[in-house]
Amino acid sequence: MAATTETVEQVRAVTEQKYKYGFTTDIESDVAPKGLNEDTVRFISAKKEEPEWLLEWRLKAFRVWQEMEEPRHWAKLSYPPIDYQDAHYYAAPKMKDRPKSLDEVDPELLKTYEKLGIPLREQEILAGVEGAEGKSPAIAVDAVFDSVSVATTFKAKLEEMGIIFCSISEAVHKCPELVQKYLGSVVPYTDNFYATLNCAVFTDGSFVYIPKGVRCPMELSTYFRINQANTGQFERTLIIADEGSYVSYLEGCTAPKRDENQLHAAVVELVALDDAQIKYSTVQNWYPGNEDGVGGIYNFVTKRGACRGRNSKISWTQVETGSAITWKYPSCILQGDNSVGEFYSVAITNNFQQADTGTKMIHIGKNTRSTIVSKGISAGRAQQTYRGLVKILPKAEGARNHTQCDSLLIGDQCGAHTVPYIENRNRTARVEHEATTAKISEDQLFYCRQRGLSEEDAVSLIVNGFCKEVLKELPMEFAVEAQKLVGISLEGSVG
Amino acid sequence: MIEIKNLHATVDGKEILKGIDLTINPGEVHAIMGPNGSGKSTLSYVLAGRDGYEITEGSVSFFGKDLLEMEPEERAAAGLFLAFQYPVEIPGVANTTFLKSALNAIRKQRGEPELDAMQFLKLVREKTKALNMTDEMLKRAVNVGFSGGEKKRNETLQMAVLQPKFAILDETDSGLDIDALKIVAEGVNALRSPERSMLVITHYQRLLDYIVPDHVHVLAFGKIQRSGGKELALELEKNGYAEFGVNEAA
Ligand SMILES: Nc1ncnc2c1ncn2[C@@H]1O[C@H](COP(=O)(O)OP(=O)(O)OP(=O)(O)O)[C@@H](O)[C@H]1O
Ligand SMILES: [Mg+2]
Repeated sequence: MAATTETVEQVRAVTEQKYKYGFTTDIESDVAPKGLNEDTVRFISAKKEEPEWLLEWRLKAFRVWQEMEEPRHWAKLSYPPIDYQDAHYYAAPKMKDRPKSLDEVDPELLKTYEKLGIPLREQEILAGVEGAEGKSPAIAVDAVFDSVSVATTFKAKLEEMGIIFCSISEAVHKCPELVQKYLGSVVPYTDNFYATLNCAVFTDGSFVYIPKGVRCPMELSTYFRINQANTGQFERTLIIADEGSYVSYLEGCTAPKRDENQLHAAVVELVALDDAQIKYSTVQNWYPGNEDGVGGIYNFVTKRGACRGRNSKISWTQVETGSAITWKYPSCILQGDNSVGEFYSVAITNNFQQADTGTKMIHIGKNTRSTIVSKGISAGRAQQTYRGLVKILPKAEGARNHTQCDSLLIGDQCGAHTVPYIENRNRTARVEHEATTAKISEDQLFYCRQRGLSEEDAVSLIVNGFCKEVLKELPMEFAVEAQKLVGISLEGSVG
Repeated sequence: MIEIKNLHATVDGKEILKGIDLTINPGEVHAIMGPNGSGKSTLSYVLAGRDGYEITEGSVSFFGKDLLEMEPEERAAAGLFLAFQYPVEIPGVANTTFLKSALNAIRKQRGEPELDAMQFLKLVREKTKALNMTDEMLKRAVNVGFSGGEKKRNETLQMAVLQPKFAILDETDSGLDIDALKIVAEGVNALRSPERSMLVITHYQRLLDYIVPDHVHVLAFGKIQRSGGKELALELEKNGYAEFGVNEAA
């Protein structure tokens, strides 16, 4: 019961923040003024009552960012310039300007929820309907938002095992030494334009610490955290797996989110110490824009994992079907001897979507191994690029990489491109790369339709088959929804 | 059941079917024989609704409906099944998944309730056993890495599960060993019923020893040149197609 009360409290806190901060003075304001300067950074840090070191770190990042140039040339993407001054960098969870009921929500979005089988009340929360989280919270949490009550029930158990799972702002106060030690240790504040901007202005995200020898007994998911319904533009996630520990983390949820933020620049850092394992799965399904390419999210994210310890392992599994533009290269730094990095990816682009995605595997330690399986599906006029780097440093004796990149084209107006970079500086290392490009054949479509499947179901079935190697890496409950999602994202791609 | 009248079809401007007339009544089994390239598969594709064929003349009615107006999946739901001469591979899609999706898609189109996993498994296990196929083949991806004979057997399994009203078997006997031929023929015969009809395309009279047809037709140069009873198949086996102006050496 205590767990339920706690969640109710959390829900109330979210809805009440507006009153707590009020609107009188600048610093008390709900929303930071438009624009980006050092004061914006100070404002965010003050709002979060952060320690001095963190503010300093943010400011350093901001100063570096100002000198940086937006990487507009090397990736195969095109989009109008983004005005970084024309945005708010801090907003308390919004209680205004939200749809008053589902009637005001984009019907297309609702259709998708329905197809995914999401209950009505949960739909309201995902669509950001005014007061949806707050409406008699006890019901919202217990009866409807099952996953949340599951999470709170488990929270006590997790704490007992010494696992820390909270928002990163909370972690800054709860376990500052861990945050200070690891924040920016994988993705430094000088890393790249978007990551550096994130360092300066990140507002929230998740924090996970798994103590030595602990195997986290459940999948940890942002979906379980209710405040996630209002993700910031600049999320920051930090996961630390101490020696001999294991954790599986799920990011996002498979229902598409209504979100008015155009630009998303998240950073995810993973640290695996000796014999530790982190499995990180993502299903990204943000608004891709309409069939004419209007609107949609720009997703510029930096995800990197450090296999610091011997025999450690990090696996990235991603299913990317959303966003107008995706720019994303989850990477592994294989520093510990015998450490293993894996990247399993499905990226689907339809209509006018663009994706430039792939991975980097940096082999530093001896006998480090990496596996890359990338499945790209393009339909409509979408453009997709796999961009991967496999780098073997001189000391990486016996390192091995196997890369497999398969592209599937639907129709003849889309494009798929493969850009593998291989840098091998150790003669004992072995690097293998295979790439294929195929089209959904008329024969396959006709065969399925002769057996009674509609053209859309046939495409969905064939594409799911094409992605199978990757989808099977997803945790069970995710896999089923991801399969449906694959079909939904390709609707209207044939015929 | 199915009435084909003066059917003409062209591919890339080349006329392949040059006026086919054929009526099949409920319960009947018709066999079509004919030289390579005479248009047998083309006829089966046209009936199943494959893209790429232009129907320049003629009509096909199926249970009183205009078959040529229907989408391929609608024809399937109406009870038409084609066992492919060259079954298609679908990598990554398990045979069971494929079959279940197909069966439920058809049931859904017909307004029948879909089968759940348990019900489906029971049905498919039964049929698999009858065809002497292993469970292992059910788990494998559709036709991927199947031997020629296994593919044909798999087509028969699909037919047994989908229970069509009108089945076209395009050279389902090619590539089968002697035992498999018997098993497949038994599978086909098990489906024979007063409501169900079949069109069996074959090059070998041997198959017709097992699946005894009511009528045999010779298709050559895009037309049915001669029709008869099952003895016609024996005659063809002996004399070939020379009588129809087909040069055997060619
Ligand atoms: N896309 C195409 N373009 C041109 N010609 C085609 C095309 N498809 C089929 N044909 C021709 O149509 C003719 C009939 O082919 P079909 O496959 O129907 O023959 P068949 O009677 O089934 O032969 P087999 O006994 O060898 O299976 C052949 O001459 C073939 O080359
Ligand atoms: Mg043929």
